[in-house]
Amino acid sequence: MSYNVGDAVAVSTIEEAPIAVVAEGEAAKKIEGRSPWVLAWRRLRRDRAAMIALGVIGLIVLMALFAPAIAAVLGHGVYQQFRGTNPAGLTPLGQPVGPSSTFWMGTDDQGRDIFVRIAYGARISLFVGVVATAVTVAGGLVLGLAAGYFGGIVDSLIARFFDWLLAVPFLLLAISLISVVTVHPIGPLRPGLPVVIVVLGFFGWAAVGRIVRGQVLSIREREYIEAARALGARPWRIMFIDIAPNLLAQLIVYSTLLIPVTIVGEASLSFLGVGILPPTADWGEMISTSQNYYLYGSWWYLVFPSLALLITTLAFNIFGDGVRDAFDPRGDLFV
Amino acid sequence: MTTQASSPVSGPARGGDVLLRVEDLVKHFPVKSSQLVHRGPRDYVHAVDGVSLEIRKGETLGLVGETGCGKSTLARCVARLYDITSGRIEFEGIDITRLPASKMRPLRREMQMIFQDPYGSLNPRRRVGSIIGDPFAIHRTASGADRKRRVQHLMELVGLNPEHYNRFPAEFSGGQRQRIGVARALAFSPKLIICDEPVSALDVSIQAQIINLLADLQSELGLTYIFIAHDLSVVRHVSDRVAVMYLGKITEQAPVEQMWAHPRHPYTDALLSAVPVPDPASLDRRERIILVGDVPSPINPPSGCRFHPRCPKAQQKCVDEVPEFIPRLGDEAAHLTACHFPVADGEDISKARPAISADLRVVESSIPEGSLTGISGGDGP
Repeated sequence: MSYNVGDAVAVSTIEEAPIAVVAEGEAAKKIEGRSPWVLAWRRLRRDRAAMIALGVIGLIVLMALFAPAIAAVLGHGVYQQFRGTNPAGLTPLGQPVGPSSTFWMGTDDQGRDIFVRIAYGARISLFVGVVATAVTVAGGLVLGLAAGYFGGIVDSLIARFFDWLLAVPFLLLAISLISVVTVHPIGPLRPGLPVVIVVLGFFGWAAVGRIVRGQVLSIREREYIEAARALGARPWRIMFIDIAPNLLAQLIVYSTLLIPVTIVGEASLSFLGVGILPPTADWGEMISTSQNYYLYGSWWYLVFPSLALLITTLAFNIFGDGVRDAFDPRGDLFV
Repeated sequence: MTTQASSPVSGPARGGDVLLRVEDLVKHFPVKSSQLVHRGPRDYVHAVDGVSLEIRKGETLGLVGETGCGKSTLARCVARLYDITSGRIEFEGIDITRLPASKMRPLRREMQMIFQDPYGSLNPRRRVGSIIGDPFAIHRTASGADRKRRVQHLMELVGLNPEHYNRFPAEFSGGQRQRIGVARALAFSPKLIICDEPVSALDVSIQAQIINLLADLQSELGLTYIFIAHDLSVVRHVSDRVAVMYLGKITEQAPVEQMWAHPRHPYTDALLSAVPVPDPASLDRRERIILVGDVPSPINPPSGCRFHPRCPKAQQKCVDEVPEFIPRLGDEAAHLTACHFPVADGEDISKARPAISADLRVVESSIPEGSLTGISGGDGP
């Protein structure tokens, strides 16, 4: 059998040869397989637009993390109303004041610093965006795996559940749900962050679940799944150890593109007055309230929160596109 | 054909007690109806239709047949990857026919499978070390450094470089991947390994390596193999006994040299006549038997002997009666044939003509109206 060993060694030497020449001797031993992740990351790093978007996302995250620090440095609390004269946060007529060296982005209707409130609003937006997306993907993954792997009656039940989810008029239900949770038997709950996350997360299940189910249907017929069954693997092990890693790339792409959608969804709910409730700083709520003052010339009240929302969602979308391209198997193999 | 395991008396050179006994195994797959609401009786693909087998410890049973004859289905039924329709499977004297998954799990250590496609049978997203370590993880017998040590030992055993522990399957060649598959199957030194066309997807030079590896491992570890292939020369090389399958039934079963010296079933004879011979002189003396028609649909298999629509020796009796699976023409007890008119030694059937009307032969492969029927033709051996 010795020639078998020799054969394997010979083949591997050939494979490593070009790299070994460069790395010389010892380093050649350390050569390890480049996983699809490493390849994807290398492709992503060469995508300039995606990297700029990632930088912008990083800045927004920093702004959200250090929002209290920003407030402290400027000396303007997030709920602090500057109704007096030093500094004056409202005009003598009670209107917001425009951008100045004191209030970089002007003030709102209560005489609060809009810049500080945008920084605090980023916390809500990012938190809801990430957590609700995680809820969506986790729920969709579990349901999709179960439907695709078990098939039969389980598949039918989950498929009907997805149909129901897709048939529900999302915004109308979300609006009514906010009132429903305040009373018995669901409530009494205060509408706010948890309800928004549950509503946004829950209604994404069908979309993710259908993608996952379709993939599982094709993956479960592969021989390596049969091999796992022949080894005696339990269903949960096959679903999460053998099948799920093959879905990860797609789920990551889907998640990065879902985050901006969720952020806009949260802003929409708050805009309609059924999401995050005042006085908590929130972009959607700010855009909503600003309408009443825009008519009287307070453009900054509308523009800056809108810009924050636009830049955030744009950055996530561009980054998500980059991630999708990076995972595309038709991309460059050798980077 | 319900020959209840008429056990061969004089066993092969290798082999002792019966390890696996299959009795009258039947596996039917329902055909998916294209109608929204199904009316009338369901159609079934008769993938395996009454197969009885015995495998003794330490021997290799070769299973040959055309594509679509049910070899792989039989293997997957034996490994309990499919639930069987009827029949009985006994492994080491334990009836595993309807054993629930939880009771089956410990037995799976003793019964492993090597798959045909070295590309499809390894999870592309997992590292080789974790793939080969799967059996230890699933049965919770080793973890951490211990598992790694045992996996690297296995890799060495099958001729892989243990340093490649952290590589992905995509970084290996076809032959090396098949070695990975072998290493995974060997984790618990199983008693039985079912090889489902383990070399069909490989280059000829690599085939020899894998076959030699399997043979070495058999003598080292005392393994028993069910070796499925459609390459007759490979089967002849590795097997102690050979069973020939046609349309879900075993048509002939014999020790390997018996089979080659005295093929009794016309189908076996035709298969063997198609094997290329390296000696042109002997080629002249040999007549190739060309079979007419295609393999009939397993949804509606022919009556009587399933081979009759294509058999050059077919007669009315073949249409009416299912032939018994017994020793014919004074063969030894281990040589069983299911044929009413077995081929005698030296008989040339290449010129034989069937004695049934052409009409009958066509009817058998007719396709029900409005149905979607897949017709699979074999590549020939």
